Amino acid sequence: MKYLATFIVLFVVYLFLAGFTVYELILGGIVSAALTVILVKYVNFSIDWQFPIKLVKFIFIYLPVFIWKLLLANLDVAKRVLSPKIPLNPGIVKIKTNLQGDFGKLALANSITLTPGTLSIDVEGDSLYIHTVDVKGKNEEENRERISEPFEKILGGIFK
Amino acid sequence: MLIASYVFLVIGGLFFLLGGLGILRMPDTFNRIQAGTKATTLGSFSILIGVAFANPSWIFKIIIIIVFIVISNPIGSSAIAKATYRSNHIPTNLVQDDLAKRGEEHDTN
Repeated sequence: MKYLATFIVLFVVYLFLAGFTVYELILGGIVSAALTVILVKYVNFSIDWQFPIKLVKFIFIYLPVFIWKLLLANLDVAKRVLSPKIPLNPGIVKIKTNLQGDFGKLALANSITLTPGTLSIDVEGDSLYIHTVDVKGKNEEENRERISEPFEKILGGIFK
Repeated sequence: MLIASYVFLVIGGLFFLLGGLGILRMPDTFNRIQAGTKATTLGSFSILIGVAFANPSWIFKIIIIIVFIVISNPIGSSAIAKATYRSNHIPTNLVQDDLAKRGEEHDTN
């Protein structure tokens, strides 16, 4: 299945860059297959039969939330930057996550970086260290609820 | 079509302007990284969508570019933030610092 995953990634990238003509389909298939044989030993992700379901979930459940949060984050940045005295109460907080896989943690950390007022600095085991512009929560639980809970729920259903 | 393209291009430029202004105005490194990352990510999206409206045949290339940006931009900012912390450029205005409490044994790796 590692071969299949590598092949699909390479083939999709090739087609998106080259276009969807018959010649490109054939040539892309050959090139992707050749590259798959070379690259597969550096690849550490795999797919299973649930992959299409996960992809649909990712696109239709996760992405709208993510884009909405990204818009909110930018409005937040705009508000802070344009106010005469910048309102700040910064701190680095630690947050536990239940996600196990590397891809889940990557998606969670990236989502946290692009949501309002937070920046993930480091991931270590199952804890993330996050810089927030405004520390509101008194303890770890409150911070967790405020920062990572909405994404954790969605990503938990996709990446486990 | 071109009108929509111009609107998105202008919005993107505006977000880049805000990001630059944020980098100038924020008082410490982490807040500068935050302003920079968010504003440039959405600014790039907006400009690329504007380009897609102007030239619809590029839409798939633009999707690839957007995917790469949304993966690499937060990772880059996280790497810069981590390097900042490791090199002891820690801002003095932090009200809470859990990263300092994680013990000495992790700092060596």
